[in-house]
Amino acid sequence: MEYSPLRAIFTHAGWGPAEWAAFRRGLIKILVITNLTLGAYYLLWRGFVSLNWHAWLFALALFGAELYSYIGSVLFGLTVFRLRERGEPPPAPAGLRVDVFITCYNEPVELVRKTVRAAVAIRYPHQTYLLDDGANPAMRAMAVEEGCGYITRSSVWQGFDRHAKAGNLINALEQTTGDFILILDADQVPLPHILDRTLGYFADPEVALVQTPQHFINVPPGDPFGSHAPLFYGPIQQGKDGWNAAFFCGSNAVLRREALARMGVYFFVRDVERRIRRALREADTVIRRAERRLLKADRQRIAPALRALRKAVAQARRELDRGDTFQEVTERFQRRVEEAARLVVADDLRQIMADLAEIQSAEAADIMRSLNDEALLAELAARDRSPLAAIETVRQLIPLLVNEAMDYLPISTISVTEDMSTSMRLHATGWKSVYHDEILAHGLAPEDLRSALQQRLRWAQGTIQVLLRENPLTLPGLSLGQRLAYFDTMWSYLSGIPTIIYLISPPLYLIFGLLPVNALSDEFFWRLVPYLAVNQLLFAVISWGRPTWRGQQYSLALFPLWIKAVVTAAGNVWFGKKLGFIVTPKTRQHGRYFGLVRWQIAMMALLAVSIVIGLGQLALGWRNDGLPVLVNVFWAVYDLIMLSVVIDAAMYQPSEEQ
Amino acid sequence: MRDDFAKGADMEITVNPAGQQAVVVKLSGRLDLLVAADVKQRLAQVVNEGFRLIVVDMSEVSFVDSSGLGALIGGLKAARLAGGDLRLASPGPQAQAMLELTTLRRVLKPYPNVTEALQAG
Repeated sequence: MEYSPLRAIFTHAGWGPAEWAAFRRGLIKILVITNLTLGAYYLLWRGFVSLNWHAWLFALALFGAELYSYIGSVLFGLTVFRLRERGEPPPAPAGLRVDVFITCYNEPVELVRKTVRAAVAIRYPHQTYLLDDGANPAMRAMAVEEGCGYITRSSVWQGFDRHAKAGNLINALEQTTGDFILILDADQVPLPHILDRTLGYFADPEVALVQTPQHFINVPPGDPFGSHAPLFYGPIQQGKDGWNAAFFCGSNAVLRREALARMGVYFFVRDVERRIRRALREADTVIRRAERRLLKADRQRIAPALRALRKAVAQARRELDRGDTFQEVTERFQRRVEEAARLVVADDLRQIMADLAEIQSAEAADIMRSLNDEALLAELAARDRSPLAAIETVRQLIPLLVNEAMDYLPISTISVTEDMSTSMRLHATGWKSVYHDEILAHGLAPEDLRSALQQRLRWAQGTIQVLLRENPLTLPGLSLGQRLAYFDTMWSYLSGIPTIIYLISPPLYLIFGLLPVNALSDEFFWRLVPYLAVNQLLFAVISWGRPTWRGQQYSLALFPLWIKAVVTAAGNVWFGKKLGFIVTPKTRQHGRYFGLVRWQIAMMALLAVSIVIGLGQLALGWRNDGLPVLVNVFWAVYDLIMLSVVIDAAMYQPSEEQ
Repeated sequence: MRDDFAKGADMEITVNPAGQQAVVVKLSGRLDLLVAADVKQRLAQVVNEGFRLIVVDMSEVSFVDSSGLGALIGGLKAARLAGGDLRLASPGPQAQAMLELTTLRRVLKPYPNVTEALQAG
């Protein structure tokens, strides 16, 4: 599957595949170290010597973008530093109880039938289930015809957040009993030996997940939408695998039920603790605010009670740290709060009771159940009109925050990319994962730009949600390598703004004469060129003949999409706004899509104009800064080539309509 | 669909009211993925019948897996939503170990026997 020109040169040395793999791994390590050293050498010079303070804003912005890229190189370098090629899998033990889940929502029945038929025909004994979140009668009939189990949401989901695919899987896990579960998207047609090639890894009792590549068979020549991810389903996952951080990608993966269940129980406990701590933190805020608002006249009567409350909060924190059971902690806390309330004289108590009545009339419990934490806390905060009410609010915090939303979830629901989040939680619970680099299913990729962009947007949004809700750098239980391996993926989705800075740099110089560096001296080139060259060489050795050009183009050209993803995900996590998430359509949408790529077109126009201006002025003898103009024209042309990918994609029409 | 796979299922559930609001649910056998859904359903049903304090007697449970613990959490949730509570009584060494391993002990503290579980707090 892999072809390398290097290999051709060295073939006569008589190296077998094992020697080659070792050679490549060694070469990668050398190149990673060289690359990072050269990059540091360049960036230190950039930061300390080269910044042009006459154009300080631009200079700092570009330096920031370069720093961003360098940190990306460090993370990427670390990821591939321990590339792990698994080779032949261990043999699958006989007699395992295996379920195959096919998730579907609104795909065409005949498309899903292909997957269902192939899944039923998988060689290793198993039960197949179609998880139809659309509850479509035609889908049910098809499942019955194909001899496949059929599962829809049970009634307990009515009126609750359905959590999209995560909810679909949780619902099915509850209705089935396999110890191992192969998960397939509706358009991923499995090969008959998929289980024989993956189940063997579970002989290691600590393995929770075996992920295999997602390979697409409907991609037109030239891959106009960049559907193939040869770098990700290859060196990147293998690199993560080296750190025991290969992650779940939603399909073509086998999971161990006990691992999911244990992770679910563990994170349930963590969630309860998190909520108690959250309640304590809010209690602190409420008390402090009440203390600030305290009138002189009230101070003597109420301050001791507030002080006692604060002590109760601190004490509860200590008990949590000590590992006491939550019930003990919360009961003691509630008791201390009652005692604190008693410090207030009887007169005031009467007022508390009045406040309390008012609060309860606010249909508290009902509101709570339907709101999220943030809205709930805002509601509570709005109530503490008096310092006295603060006491009552503190008393209510824990029961409200803790008892309402408790749930045991064997699949993470904190992100629309439940897959990545679930595997990160599995890793944080001490389980291992495996990336097995063998194509074992044939899938369908989006066939038009809109669907392709939607899919990319969803991945990016979900990844940022995970970053903001459960940052891998701080999630307890992960190893340092795992933290960095996950963070690497998240970091790469933050490239939108740095890319804009790179893209506007040539026009800023060519049109406005703004140069971010002091001078384009020899020194500059001698530091930058080797860094870029080694960077490209490293990339070539890592890809080892796999085509990665499309991927590079798209990661640059989709800068508006990455920015949108970060903004919408942050809006969702911090302000509870909707993501605007749409299930990726599996059928081709018609038409051309210049509207979808308007930002890229505008940027290309700007780059083209700046090239014309720069070269024109030079030719007419209006300017004499030949070298800087040529350097900037070079980058502008490079940017144009990178961006052009979306123009091709927007104009793309399949040769035959389906 | 579950039936042919549930052959290994081996669990008996007996429900004994212990007063107006309290009930003892005795589980016997293996509390694992094969019976988790049934146990969860049974616990929710007990709450629906009006019981508020549910004591799960674990003394005759020979084995618990994480799905089994998930079922207990489901019961706890149902009880708490109804303003009640669920408590575990006399889990065996393996169940104790699972409660430790998953840290669930911090939420479901095991009581040494049914009487203490009924009388506590």
